[in-house]
Amino acid sequence: MSGNSTYTPSSGIEKWLDERLPIIRFSKEHLMDFPTPKNLNYWWTFGAILAFCLVVQIATGIVLAMHFTPNVDMAFDSVEHIRRDVNFGRIIQGTHAVGASMFFAAVYIHIFRGLYYGSYKAPREVLWILGVIILVLMMATAFMGYVLPWGQMSFWAATVITNIFAAIPIVGEPILQLLRGGFAVGNPTLNRFFSLHYLLPFVIAAVVALHIWALHVPGNNNPTGVSVKDDRDTLPFHPYFTMKDLFAIVVFLIPFAWFVFFAPDILGHPDNYIRANPLVTPAHIVPEWYFLPFYAILRAIDFNILFIDSKLGGVIFFAGSLLILFFVPWLDRSKVRSGSFRPLFRPFYWLFILNFFLLMYLGAQPAEGTYVLLAKISTAYYFIYFLVILPLLSWIERPAPLPASINEAVLAKSKSA
Amino acid sequence: MASEAHTETTRRDFIYIGAGAVGAVGVAGAVWPLIDQMNPDASVLALASIEVDLSSIETGQSVTVKWRGSPVFIRNRTEKEIEEALAVPMDELKDPETDEQRTKPGHENWLVMIGICTHLGCVPVGNAGDYDGWFCPCHGSQYDTAGRIRKGPAPKNLVVPPYDFLNDTLIKIG
Repeated sequence: MSGNSTYTPSSGIEKWLDERLPIIRFSKEHLMDFPTPKNLNYWWTFGAILAFCLVVQIATGIVLAMHFTPNVDMAFDSVEHIRRDVNFGRIIQGTHAVGASMFFAAVYIHIFRGLYYGSYKAPREVLWILGVIILVLMMATAFMGYVLPWGQMSFWAATVITNIFAAIPIVGEPILQLLRGGFAVGNPTLNRFFSLHYLLPFVIAAVVALHIWALHVPGNNNPTGVSVKDDRDTLPFHPYFTMKDLFAIVVFLIPFAWFVFFAPDILGHPDNYIRANPLVTPAHIVPEWYFLPFYAILRAIDFNILFIDSKLGGVIFFAGSLLILFFVPWLDRSKVRSGSFRPLFRPFYWLFILNFFLLMYLGAQPAEGTYVLLAKISTAYYFIYFLVILPLLSWIERPAPLPASINEAVLAKSKSA
Repeated sequence: MASEAHTETTRRDFIYIGAGAVGAVGVAGAVWPLIDQMNPDASVLALASIEVDLSSIETGQSVTVKWRGSPVFIRNRTEKEIEEALAVPMDELKDPETDEQRTKPGHENWLVMIGICTHLGCVPVGNAGDYDGWFCPCHGSQYDTAGRIRKGPAPKNLVVPPYDFLNDTLIKIG
């Protein structure tokens, strides 16, 4: 959707620039005039919230790097130094750590919104795939960032997660040593994680640019899932959606600020305030809350599948739980995008969301008793939803009638209200 | 600039492909050092063997030493533990190994193993679990008194590192 610009250079300098680098025209087209469906609800504000989160993480992260020392003997102390001695360090470090959690909270809502409203369907498959790439990059970045304070949880997270690669047959062990730079996690590991933790957010920013580009080709999906037909369906992005997004960011900042100022450590684990000790594993290790669902899937496979041993099996399911997201646009064949018009889809969708939180709960529990069985059932549903339910629904479901246009849907809603 | 379409292979095609191939090799050659620098460096490899004096470890005691950055368990096993390990039938084991295969002849009371769970690399806790051996707190793998995997997600027994008895109370690991 290009060519919707109303830009006419008003001065000689603007005209001169427009003929050489039409950056003002581009900004006006994409940041101000961009036609946006007028029925977007608040679930659509999480794109802007996520952009805000990325900026917060990069800004606070660059500042933290000025005080952090990536060395096994000094890293733990340098983080404490930031929290105790550096001016405003307590708040900057708290914002960065809490910011990671808020970032993931927002990204999960953003993904669930996409799954409900069918935002991955044609012509938005590439947009969706870029989003999944961002999720994977975010997970890698968050994981490496968590290692940097070099507490017990940092160290053992690094050990367990790098060990996942050792499950790969034949090349696993060499890859493991390549990642760690030693026979165990140690100083070389900490150093390279710091380097990559600094690099990846900028890679994310680049993929976000592609994500927005891919969004601006077909334009936004919307709660009805019906494509934009004419001007009556849309409003310009600015000021209607810039202001709405800003308001949403302000609301989002309320819990964010509460965590930073009143409970900066509540989302973390107390064991990470014990200095890393390569000889003792904490009695109960758990990842950060945002990794728990995937961690539960990793642990759920404690049995051999044919010639695949339990360790490799767990890793395959763990990787599969993310990789499967890439294929969602082709697994869900239903022509109707929005879940609002898919009566059969809705219960399975909400069960999927519930199941995701159940996995999150199970990931934090010890691997014993009923938890093990529940984790297996929960893991099974995660995959069945994508591999069986979504493809089957597109065959058997009779969707509800769709509104003729976004405009009609909006008018009908205001009439009935 | 529409050029005449021709289907036959010319010497120019060969030059294109040849130049491209040489370029690819050059890029691969330049990238390799950038990847290989991540592998364990000379200072890490230099610490590859240690000697441990066993004389102060009483029967029933364990010590943990650090070898190549990893913990190594050295346990002076009791008669009961050895008997338990010998009594296990092979078909009950996920990764079948006899107790003899995991110890040195004449020193059957000494069990030397890398203290890293073969699942995802946590350090198991000693004297714990259902088999009087080791229990991994991370994902619940359980090892018996010979360090063999009995239950849980780990696929292999705890690894016995290369080591030798230099005399009755001194071993060299690595």
